[in-house]
Amino acid sequence: MNESSIILLLCVLVPMFAAFLVWLNSDRPNVRDATSIVTTVILFGLVLKLYPAVLAGETLEFEVATLVANISLKFSVEPLGLMFATIASGLWIITTLYAIGYMRGNNEKHHTRFFFCFAFSIGAAMGIAFSDNLLTLFIFYEVLTLSTYPLVTHKGTDAARQGGRNYLSTLLTTSIGFLLPAIIWTYASAGTLDFIPGGVLAGQFNPAYLPLLIALFAFGIGKAALMPFHKWLPSAMVAPTPVSALLHAVAVVKAGVFTMMKVMIYTVGLDFAAMTSASMPIAYVACFTLTVASLIAMQKDNLKARLAYSTIGQLSYVVLGIMLANQAGVFGGAMQIAMHAMGKITLFFCAGAIYVATHKTEISDMQGLGRKMPFTFAAFFIASLSIIGLPPLGGSWAKFYLIMGSLEAEQMIIVAALLLSSLLNIAYLLPIVARAFFLPLPDSKQAAPMIGHESNDINPLHVQEAPILCLMPLIITAAGSVALFFYADAIYALIALIPLSGG
Amino acid sequence: MSSDVALTTLNWVQQLPAIQIAVPLAAAPFCSLLPGRKAPWLLSQLVALTSLCVAFLIYFQVLEHGSITYRLGGWDAPWGISIDIDSLNTLVLLLVTFTTTIITFAAKASLSQEIPEHKAALYNTALILGLAASIGITITGDAFNVFVFLEISSLSTYALIAMGKDPRALLASFRYLIMGTIGATFILIAIGLMYMATGTLNMADLSQRLPALADSSMIQASFAFFVIGAGLKIALFPMHFWLPSAYTYAPSIASTVLAATATKVSMYVLIRFIFDVYGVDIAFDTLNIALFLLPLSLIAIVSGSLSAIFRTELKSLLAYSSVAQMGYMTIGIATATTAGFTAATVHMFNHGIIKAALFLVLVGITYRLGSCELKQLAGAGRRMPWTIGAFVAGGLSLMGVPTTAGFISKWYLILAVIERGWWPVVILILISSLLAVVYVWKVVEHAWFKEADQTLADKQTEAPLSILIPVWIMVIANFYFGLDTSIPVGLAETAAQNLAGVFNNPTLETLAGDL
Repeated sequence: MNESSIILLLCVLVPMFAAFLVWLNSDRPNVRDATSIVTTVILFGLVLKLYPAVLAGETLEFEVATLVANISLKFSVEPLGLMFATIASGLWIITTLYAIGYMRGNNEKHHTRFFFCFAFSIGAAMGIAFSDNLLTLFIFYEVLTLSTYPLVTHKGTDAARQGGRNYLSTLLTTSIGFLLPAIIWTYASAGTLDFIPGGVLAGQFNPAYLPLLIALFAFGIGKAALMPFHKWLPSAMVAPTPVSALLHAVAVVKAGVFTMMKVMIYTVGLDFAAMTSASMPIAYVACFTLTVASLIAMQKDNLKARLAYSTIGQLSYVVLGIMLANQAGVFGGAMQIAMHAMGKITLFFCAGAIYVATHKTEISDMQGLGRKMPFTFAAFFIASLSIIGLPPLGGSWAKFYLIMGSLEAEQMIIVAALLLSSLLNIAYLLPIVARAFFLPLPDSKQAAPMIGHESNDINPLHVQEAPILCLMPLIITAAGSVALFFYADAIYALIALIPLSGG
Repeated sequence: MSSDVALTTLNWVQQLPAIQIAVPLAAAPFCSLLPGRKAPWLLSQLVALTSLCVAFLIYFQVLEHGSITYRLGGWDAPWGISIDIDSLNTLVLLLVTFTTTIITFAAKASLSQEIPEHKAALYNTALILGLAASIGITITGDAFNVFVFLEISSLSTYALIAMGKDPRALLASFRYLIMGTIGATFILIAIGLMYMATGTLNMADLSQRLPALADSSMIQASFAFFVIGAGLKIALFPMHFWLPSAYTYAPSIASTVLAATATKVSMYVLIRFIFDVYGVDIAFDTLNIALFLLPLSLIAIVSGSLSAIFRTELKSLLAYSSVAQMGYMTIGIATATTAGFTAATVHMFNHGIIKAALFLVLVGITYRLGSCELKQLAGAGRRMPWTIGAFVAGGLSLMGVPTTAGFISKWYLILAVIERGWWPVVILILISSLLAVVYVWKVVEHAWFKEADQTLADKQTEAPLSILIPVWIMVIANFYFGLDTSIPVGLAETAAQNLAGVFNNPTLETLAGDL
């Protein structure tokens, strides 16, 4: 065991330890929030320290304890996990800043509980990113579900309780009902749950049953929001916007699709799947999901609901990529994880900023708002282009590889679906921007003054943005979406190291 | 691999098995003479603690020697009564002594509210007697001795239940008395038939003679009587009707002890007699007990969990949950494989730990609120977070969330069932796990999302430390045994190995071919 292996354990423990520090400082808000911020930076630093080893191809492992039989609670790092960890920890820094601004700006209650669960959830996400075997991953997957539940029900209203119930019941039903049997079936067949390049099932598992196993995994990983187990995502929108940003861009959904990729690459094995075409049924389900989700998104007037359905569709891109079971598909899926995270988080930040500044939630109320909040809507526009997949935004690379992968697999229907979905994405995202910039503001006599800006005679442009702690993060992430276009090769260099077939 | 004992040496280590049984047995009558509340409680606590220490010493002995045999009075088996302790009963011994010790910590506060002072001595006497009997059933190597201790344990249980405050406690106790006596009588008939056929009562001896008699209708009848009798005792569906009312109306501490030990010891008896004494030939090849056990277990796990969901009183909710959990164990037995045996044995231990934790929380809740009705818990999560939090943590173990003891049991059970290829059973097990999520979440919702009026809110304070500490010790035990499985799984697997050659394990070829 390399000395740097301890970093793996630290990545999981540091956020959880920070959560307790937050709890202890519940009556000192500034110390508490400072603790949160410092921890995020420390975590990001720890994750970055892993890069030299991974890029050099070294193995880092850390075994904690034996759990059952020959399976232990063990951490190790490989390129895909490192990418996920980087995204999660990097965006966590920004989300924490945003959350502090949002919670204070909106006078939300129960800050301590919020930041406690926030930190704990990131620790769980790190556990997922660095798990060495399927059981460790399953443990942290469940921990993530349970630690995000208080975040979803944060507001304590009846709607929040109902949303929380939906969230928990869907995720626990899918994980206990589908994912657990899939894991045990894998163990019963292969005798191991380790993640091994090329998978552990080839030669040990009857190929006739592989589509069923893959289906159990795909539907069991409820966090990937594959239809029909997608309802928890819009339900979880009752949570405050930083939670939505965390859940839907950084941690929960990304954990879901990451798990999907990890299972396909390291447990099932891409060659085994491709040979038997066992993953194609789920690829079609993903296609269906991304189309239907986009169609539903078009009809939603509530901004967060629209973004929720957009997320469901965008996640299916990753599922689609991995189910194509070829290298381009893997690249497309991995890129999509990164690009979508950056883009979606920007969109959610904008939604939250709009709410903090104006208390508006419906898109039809947002006409002309672009004049009052130009930075916010500009960021929204940039992030939308990334989601749609247009250059020079990062999302275009993801789309590119996905189309390449579909062509390679000779699935013309999927190519058509991908192109159609880009059009649908335009249809549900750009009108929001257009409405904000090109329509006039409602009559100023009737318009209520912006919250917190009752007298703004010093502002000649009448710009009334959200507080700075809400504004800076979204500008940063919007810039990030652009930067990712130009620095996509850095991501490429990392994911090219993913061993796609057995040694 | 057994180490015999010559009574001429007074090496105390070698006398441990006798000490294990003698201490509580001797203390019980003495306890009935003690006045007040404190003295009897102190005595029962002391006895439980001593039993725990002795149990641990025996555990280390068993780890070293594999098994211990002790001849009572120096009489050789099969004429004398012997005590045979191997890995299987060590596990049960540890469970019984550990849970009783921790639970008794909490007893003083709870009993001061639930039983009158003049009955305190009687209560503790019954408790110590019950402990002695449970230990006796667990470690004895003589079949008739099992029956004797079973009766002692039942008698003490009837007394314990009848002491409940609610007038329905007497009825509950009476119902249990009737059903329990029928069960014990059936077991007695079974033992009698075995004795008639073989001339011996020693379990090790029986296990060697009975397989040859597999075709004898006397032995087959004996087995049938035995399974029904033991089934009554473990609350196998549909013979479970005594359990919910017994757990609900007994004093809270009594329910806790019962839930953690009584049914587990009876399950041990079932496992021991099926796999060791009668053997797999009689149990599964000649008479297919799986055909009987499996459907009933499946009904138990689904209907038990469903009934639990609709309960509004927490003690009866957990009682029905216990019926479902016993079903898991009998499914494990029905698979007749090493993995199934391991699953049943491990869950026997883990479930005792889980229910001890959960019922101890109810002890705390009853202490503060007077009853365990769900509506009493409205909003309690905020005012008694440590108490309700413990319930949620124990509930996680009940649901089988990874890192808890419940998950380990579930893992082994599903693995065993998949090995046999019984996919519909896998689905039913998963469905009942999901149902468990529903009833645990009912409590969460009441505790955190409902609001109480002022009088109720004032009563909702944290349980006293004397109850909270044992609660959290058991909760931590849940997580401990979910991560460090060396005791439960280690002992279960050793037991399975000792019975090697007994199981009908599917071969590797069948596995790869089927799957």
